Amino acid sequence: MQNNSIQVKGLQKSYKQLNVLKGVDFEVEKGSIFALLGSNGSGKTTIVKILTTLLKQDSGTAVVNGLDVLAKPANVRQSISLTGQFAAVDEILTGRENLIMIARLRHLSNPRQVADDLLNRFGLTDAAHRRASTYSGGMRRRLDIAMSLAGRSPIIFLDEPTTGLDPEARIEVWKMVRELATNGTTVFLTTQYLDEAEQLADQIAILHEGRIIVSGTLADLKKLFPPAQVEYIEKQPTLEDIFLAIIGKKEKN
Amino acid sequence: METIKNYFFSDMGVMLGRSMRHIFRSLDTIITVTIMPIAMMLLFVYVLGGAIQTGTSNYVDYLLPGILLIAIANSVGYTSYRLFTDVQRGIFERFNSMPIARSAALWGHVLTSLVSNAISLVVIILVALLMGFRSPAGILSWLAVAGILALFSLTLTWIAAIAGLSAKSVDGAGVIAYPIHFLPLISSAFVPTRTMPSGVRAFAEYQPVTPIVETIRALLSNQPVGNEIWIALAWCVGISCIAYIFAMRVYKKRG
Repeated sequence: MQNNSIQVKGLQKSYKQLNVLKGVDFEVEKGSIFALLGSNGSGKTTIVKILTTLLKQDSGTAVVNGLDVLAKPANVRQSISLTGQFAAVDEILTGRENLIMIARLRHLSNPRQVADDLLNRFGLTDAAHRRASTYSGGMRRRLDIAMSLAGRSPIIFLDEPTTGLDPEARIEVWKMVRELATNGTTVFLTTQYLDEAEQLADQIAILHEGRIIVSGTLADLKKLFPPAQVEYIEKQPTLEDIFLAIIGKKEKN
Repeated sequence: METIKNYFFSDMGVMLGRSMRHIFRSLDTIITVTIMPIAMMLLFVYVLGGAIQTGTSNYVDYLLPGILLIAIANSVGYTSYRLFTDVQRGIFERFNSMPIARSAALWGHVLTSLVSNAISLVVIILVALLMGFRSPAGILSWLAVAGILALFSLTLTWIAAIAGLSAKSVDGAGVIAYPIHFLPLISSAFVPTRTMPSGVRAFAEYQPVTPIVETIRALLSNQPVGNEIWIALAWCVGISCIAYIFAMRVYKKRG
């Protein structure tokens, strides 16, 4: 089969007067982590919506898992999973009920087993029978991502998965994303945090004013800048380092 | 495409199970759709009923159809609210990016409204029986009553769906319930229209609730339904169709 999970060519989209995408091109390799970087309002979510068949582009083509999103939306939906910008969990249902619901909607043969496995994998077993409204932000995000993994879609879309999470929860999400890619899932990630892309992504594309202005591996992007100069600077720990060190110590005790 | 169509009913079943859980876990909903109409029935029969002359020997017999419609009107505000939160929280987006029938999520809510109304109406009728409600109606008449009530809830549910899907705030989603509440009050649901001043009376006699109430009342008391049933059906089917078209349009735009 083809080596690319996602191919996008000349994608354009405007909302009334607002020209959001002005011809976007990129390709995502199968089994890689692709990070789409851009500031708020740059059109990242619009691209995700087009690729996940929620929105139709004005022109250009988008092919997901070998299928055109306009021509075969139903088949595209069978090969993807979306974790939207806000944790879309049902707050009135328990964590386990949320997972069983999604497993049923994906027509899996053993929804309860799938739910229990995912709860275990995402460290939510103790909270399985609590309503999702009682979960912390990090737990909710974990449940949200777990819901996307029911059914093992070959391509997963994560739209700003760590926005609004505390540093610990953020590192947890990163760990999960890496695990996914190791197992062969293609991960399409949008983020506004540069370090997130740096930490995770095999390929990075920067979306700015409706176009991809640069794309490539981190090494490729680094080449665009003059070679590094060696300077000696006293490195003070950041507050994040301190926070994580203290939390880490507490957990060891 | 074939495989997706085949799952429509099972997908809708999952959606129904989900929103029925929402109802059973919300005391607020149960109070509004079941306890409130019962309280109103008690109030009208035991406090106001003595002073109301309807021409029937038993006021609860006269009142019950109106109470049933009030219960339905109370419940659709919640359908609106549940749809609104699904749109806001991105749950519809999640469903719409999954390989399930596009309209299953919306139909799930509509079906939930019908099923939950059926449950609360049965409870209300049981309470009415305890209060002395008696009906000589046979099984066919009861089925006809059930059919009209189902059609009435479907009509109001589709109107509520438009509000829920297009509202910008929670308050906006719920506000649809208020004008709907008023229709049974200004009809022959509680008192005969002949005592009303002429302007109000004209409104009461030509608005949709009156023929629906009259039809149900006639069916339950084994009286001939006459033309009222056709007027009632025409109102329900007509409004349903229009509301359905608009609701689907808004739903597709949102999805």
